[in-house]
Amino acid sequence: MSGNHPGLSNNFSRSGEKFSWSKDNLRSIKNIISKYPKGREQSAVMPLLYLAQEQNNNWISIECIETIAETLNMPKIRVTEVASFYSMYNTRPVGENLIQICRTSPCWLRGSNKITKTICKETRCEINDTSDDNKFTVVEVECLGACSNGPMIQINNDFFEDLDEESTKKIIDNIKEGKPNVIGSQKGRRSSENA
Amino acid sequence: MSDDLINIKVNQKEIQVDKNLTVMQACEIAGEEIPRFCYHDKLSIAGNCRMCLVEIEKAPKLVSSCTMPLMEGMSIITNSEKVNAGRKGVMEFLLINHPLDCPICDQGGECDLQDQAMYYGFDKSRYKENKRAVDNKNMGPLVNTIMTRCIHCTRCVRFATEVAGVPELGMLGRGENAEITTYLEQSITSELSGNVIDLCPVGALTSKPYQFKARPWELKRTDSIDIFDSVGSNIRVDSRAEEILRVTPRTNEYINEEWISDKVRFNYDGYYQQRIDTPYIKENQKLSISNWEESLKVLKDKLKTLKPLALIGEHVDLETGYAIKKFMSNYGKDNVECRTDNHAILESLDSYRFNTPLNDIENSDLIILLGTNPKIETPIINHKIFKAYNNDSKVFNIGENISLNYKTEYLGESLSSLNNENLIKALKKSTNPLIIIGSAFLNKIKNIKTLKSIFSYADKYKVITKEKNNLNFLNPYASRVGQLIIGNTTNNLCEPFSNLKKDNFELVLSFGSEHIADEQFNNCFKVYFGHHGDDGAMGSDIVLPTPLYTEKNGTFVNIEGRPQEAKKCHNPIGSAKEEWSILKKLSDELSFDFIPNTFDQLRSELFDKHPILSDYHEIIAVENSTSITPDIEFEDCKAEYPVSNFYMSDVISKNSVTMAKCVDEIISTPSLLEKSA
Repeated sequence: MSGNHPGLSNNFSRSGEKFSWSKDNLRSIKNIISKYPKGREQSAVMPLLYLAQEQNNNWISIECIETIAETLNMPKIRVTEVASFYSMYNTRPVGENLIQICRTSPCWLRGSNKITKTICKETRCEINDTSDDNKFTVVEVECLGACSNGPMIQINNDFFEDLDEESTKKIIDNIKEGKPNVIGSQKGRRSSENA
Repeated sequence: MSDDLINIKVNQKEIQVDKNLTVMQACEIAGEEIPRFCYHDKLSIAGNCRMCLVEIEKAPKLVSSCTMPLMEGMSIITNSEKVNAGRKGVMEFLLINHPLDCPICDQGGECDLQDQAMYYGFDKSRYKENKRAVDNKNMGPLVNTIMTRCIHCTRCVRFATEVAGVPELGMLGRGENAEITTYLEQSITSELSGNVIDLCPVGALTSKPYQFKARPWELKRTDSIDIFDSVGSNIRVDSRAEEILRVTPRTNEYINEEWISDKVRFNYDGYYQQRIDTPYIKENQKLSISNWEESLKVLKDKLKTLKPLALIGEHVDLETGYAIKKFMSNYGKDNVECRTDNHAILESLDSYRFNTPLNDIENSDLIILLGTNPKIETPIINHKIFKAYNNDSKVFNIGENISLNYKTEYLGESLSSLNNENLIKALKKSTNPLIIIGSAFLNKIKNIKTLKSIFSYADKYKVITKEKNNLNFLNPYASRVGQLIIGNTTNNLCEPFSNLKKDNFELVLSFGSEHIADEQFNNCFKVYFGHHGDDGAMGSDIVLPTPLYTEKNGTFVNIEGRPQEAKKCHNPIGSAKEEWSILKKLSDELSFDFIPNTFDQLRSELFDKHPILSDYHEIIAVENSTSITPDIEFEDCKAEYPVSNFYMSDVISKNSVTMAKCVDEIISTPSLLEKSA
């Protein structure tokens, strides 16, 4: 299945399962809503979409939208608008590991094309595709803000920086084998200190 | 100089304007027209089309005038080379993705984009890439969508949210992926949804029933009045030859503003279905085709011997009502009845009309709905209540626990819930409370003391004061207030219709009232004057065809007591004759006293008798009546709502295919949500 970026589609679908907040999330929601003035609870829609996405295997289903609309007492279409506007809310199911490859100029100059090729080859899926074993979804994104350490990718919530073809392959292999990966620079650089 | 006025210059012309206006509004006052797509004076300001660019002295760049507040000494330029170039640039961007399908577009000829492209468009495109294409969206049986034409002004989204009060439309995605849609492409559930068609500045949202029917310049325009509820919205009826092709609103800031309900906008196909086009006479329990001569002869003979009663239906205009009254006066008094639903009234006008001017509803801070469902009875009034609600007005509901598009506090089933503690507390705090009592209770009141108690209650809690009368009586019928003013009713204040039984009438003349089929008239000879074959016509002994409101001139008094004229659009269908001319013929043959020879004479006689009706478009002024009883006592009556289905409330809409589709797709079909659950 190829197509557009899962975060940039306007077509939402149902998961077929009821979505209700987990206990932990209910607690965080209370905390999040309390940050906004009374009567402005709807401002919490973005953090709630993020929580829902985390709880719902990394994508926003129609059930999630309806639960959020109910929680914040706002029209469903308003939640849908926000979820469709931002590319980081996925509107369709993605693999266990969502690999976002930065392709903006600094990373591109440092060879992000090669990284893309390697990832596509190792995960056996095209850009915007999910692999057959549902382990990976690969997408290209614009700048993720780690320019000095490019080329870089983001896998779920973690950054992997200073990549080359070899280290990229290693990361994918580790994920496949269930081994832990070193997060951050793959060259041992601390933060963004001079290389 | 007052504090609220400031001095500005528009194209070097000095003017003084209110400081709270925007630059665009000031330019309009100065007489400069500003092109725009997204700005609409009834909606919130969006500022996303950028077409209204103007130059402001000392501002480095062009500014969008619809979003720019005024400042003292501002100098605005609307006609410079720079402004023109800016607008041309905006127009070029708007046209990048707009299809060149004007020849097959229903908006062609009345399209804002087409018009403004004549001024600001280029003759050819510099854009070589592919235009984007957008899938069409389902918005229900009324609104047709061709979304590739959309320029994302979001007027429809703002209308649905702010005016219709149904936040179901939205803009998904962003940039090139932006699309307007309803939530999960469900039908819009508003009774005012058709107005998005007028609002859309391009051909993205057009009318489904009117699709590919006509071009605007082919149509004949006739000014008329919406008779499908009692608000009296101003409409224009567009026809070609002898057929009505569409109905659109006329702006009347005092009544409907720029909106009309979906019923009057789309039920015009029902005007031509099931029409009675020739007289019928019942022979052997079956209606068979007859002619005017024969049927009038039979009727004349019956009128000589039998004691007649006239029933007046919901679509009868004032002139017809007056002719009926005049004709029936030859048989004595109390033999005409328009309150076929047992509508209880007191004698004075303020006991059966909407006493608050419709525009003042929004200023109320507390509204009590007593046995009325304004959403489906009178959508325009519902919109005004919604406005009040958005101004932080509290809305209480007594009767059935109906669902509306705003929050109400439900107090209970019966009138005695008016004594609810919370309500009394709120009433005492309120500065401008308003009561709307609807037919659901009015038709059930058996004891006139109850009605008087409502007046006393209103008086006690300052709903009625010397300056204002906010006790409103709402019925959904266009004819009712006018017929009551000219006195087409019997003298029973409560249950007038049930009491007719006692008088032993032998002949019933029904002018479009289906109540002729009621059991109490089983032994009477029945004559039906009407335009549509309904139960009333089926059960009658003689059926006489009469024209529809669009086929004759007529005056209607709206619920506030505002007389307005509906004009004739085309000739009646078949051999239909106007009611007054039939009565004229009969009275000539029966040698009754019936003077008018022409419609105009009839009308001027009506206005002579009732001068208050002659002032078109003005609310009839009355003194507040003093029907105060010392003790307040409400009888226990169960609310029974007069309209249960918005799309099928009268004989014309029942015969409309479009309305049937609405029932299928909006009311009967459970929404996608319920389907999957």
